[in-house]
Amino acid sequence: MANPSDRAGNPTLSPRQLMVMRAVGHRGFIIGAFVTALYVFMAVAAPLIAPFDPLDQNLLAKLAPPVWQDGGSWQHPLGTDSVGRDYLSRLIFGARISIMIGFFAALVSAIVGTSIGLLGGYFGGRVDAVVMYIVNVKLAMPGLLVALALVSAFGSSFVTLVIILSLLFWDRYAIVVRTLSQQFRNQDFVLAARAAGASTARILFRELLPNLMNAVIVVLTLEMALAIVIEAALSFLGLGVRPPNPSWGLMISEGRQYMFFRPHLVIAPGVAILGLVIAINVLGDGFRDIAAPEDRR
Amino acid sequence: MIRVILRRIPMALLVALTVSILGFALLRLSGDLVRELAGDTAGPEQLAEVARAYGLDKPLPIQYLNWLWDLLRGDFGTSLFTGEAVSSLIATRAGPTIILALASLVVAVAIGVPLGVLAAANPNTFTDRLIAVVAVFGQAVPNFWFGLVMLVIFAVKLKWLPVAGDDTAAHFVLPVITLALSIMPQFVRVTRSGVLDAMGADYIRTARSKGIPTRRLYMRHALRNAILPVVSLSAVTLGFLLGGSVIVESVFSINGLGLLAYSSILSNDFPVVQAIVVIVSIVYVFLTLLSDAVNAWIDPRLRG
Repeated sequence: MANPSDRAGNPTLSPRQLMVMRAVGHRGFIIGAFVTALYVFMAVAAPLIAPFDPLDQNLLAKLAPPVWQDGGSWQHPLGTDSVGRDYLSRLIFGARISIMIGFFAALVSAIVGTSIGLLGGYFGGRVDAVVMYIVNVKLAMPGLLVALALVSAFGSSFVTLVIILSLLFWDRYAIVVRTLSQQFRNQDFVLAARAAGASTARILFRELLPNLMNAVIVVLTLEMALAIVIEAALSFLGLGVRPPNPSWGLMISEGRQYMFFRPHLVIAPGVAILGLVIAINVLGDGFRDIAAPEDRR
Repeated sequence: MIRVILRRIPMALLVALTVSILGFALLRLSGDLVRELAGDTAGPEQLAEVARAYGLDKPLPIQYLNWLWDLLRGDFGTSLFTGEAVSSLIATRAGPTIILALASLVVAVAIGVPLGVLAAANPNTFTDRLIAVVAVFGQAVPNFWFGLVMLVIFAVKLKWLPVAGDDTAAHFVLPVITLALSIMPQFVRVTRSGVLDAMGADYIRTARSKGIPTRRLYMRHALRNAILPVVSLSAVTLGFLLGGSVIVESVFSINGLGLLAYSSILSNDFPVVQAIVVIVSIVYVFLTLLSDAVNAWIDPRLRG
């Protein structure tokens, strides 16, 4: 892709300014960021946008049809569910659950995975052998089954769900960070810091970590997208977010038995997940291009 | 090749052993097995008796060793729910899952690898972008939802395929498409970057300068280089599918291992869940070992 803002053409720009310029010129990044921002806005402003309370049941208006079907009205654009809750409002509030759980699961696993990878990559030797052993054990376990078993045993409050999900996602951070810190540990800026008498903690967190941040953010977007899908899957299987909360996965599972005459009850939450997950993926891919255009393939 | 396997065995054994400890501990610590066995109405004396009868009064490490010893002899205990031997329960349910996993893997590789080569042969063109869009879709779509939508379209509306079950090959069409779609993107990516790497390498430039036709260059030389990560990914994916098909199995009512694990989790049937977790993990360890060996066979450089 032609890039008018190369370093050679703009010797006065800082790396950060260059990144911003590349971001503005990257179509995928802009679209991904825009759609993701829309979802975040929907989640934050849910009480203002949603026409109804997502938990308010109205047994007189059960399974009201959506506006495009016979008998539908603009009062409930997407109709109501089997206990008369406004479907559009539930869909809007669902963004909160997906984004919160997805983001925090990705964040917690980022902290765990990055620390493990940093230790293995920087110290090497025996420390690294232990790190690789832990990663191998993680990879060998059937994550989804273990997650299901843990949720069933420990319940599915917000915090437990985030912790259990982050058990599934820390390994990719560890592998990426380990590889990068192996490459960095003998580079001049690290050697210089060591020669200047910097403590190990300082080298790890002030010298290495900032240089790993871009890669960690790329992985974070991928894992957040994945965490959103897995949360939906757990909720769909009845071992995730509990009713009556409007999780998209749970809504698909609840709509399942009506899907022959009200297919939108299943289709709408799925499209909501799909849109968010694609947007985050595209955003992450774009960020990788912007942060390290020379690695682009 | 044998040397490669021998070198990996200590780590593989250690991982398998650790997984067995974790599998045992996770499920043992998360519930009261004695209470499950004795029933809710049992008094303290009955509880003690049940604990003694099953060896549950001993310290956990001893219990673990006993369990491991039984496991090594092929005795996975009995289901708390049906009283059946866990080993025979698993044996009867493994079939559909293995068929599902292998078929999905074959479909994903058969479609994903050519798409990856195609994308690499035309980098940053419309074709490449289109393939990337398909890959992002496959990665992003929640497969339980995609399965349901296909079920409504092809089984309910068009009536081309059966709705649920695992009796005939036709029953597997939709589940295989669903699973294959979700694992295919990785194969596209890995193949694409492998081929792109190879196309920049010296030996390809040499081959090109000798006048070898482009098509043969891709199929013979570049793909050969890209096939190593595809082999590793296949092993990892197969291991993942054996333990990860629970969602698709539940959508399409396939009576496989995933559904068995799911129902056992819901009914607190610890021995069954433990056995499935440990077996799937050990199969995974074995598969990765196998893929290392296959790669060493394909590429002599890895035999070192």
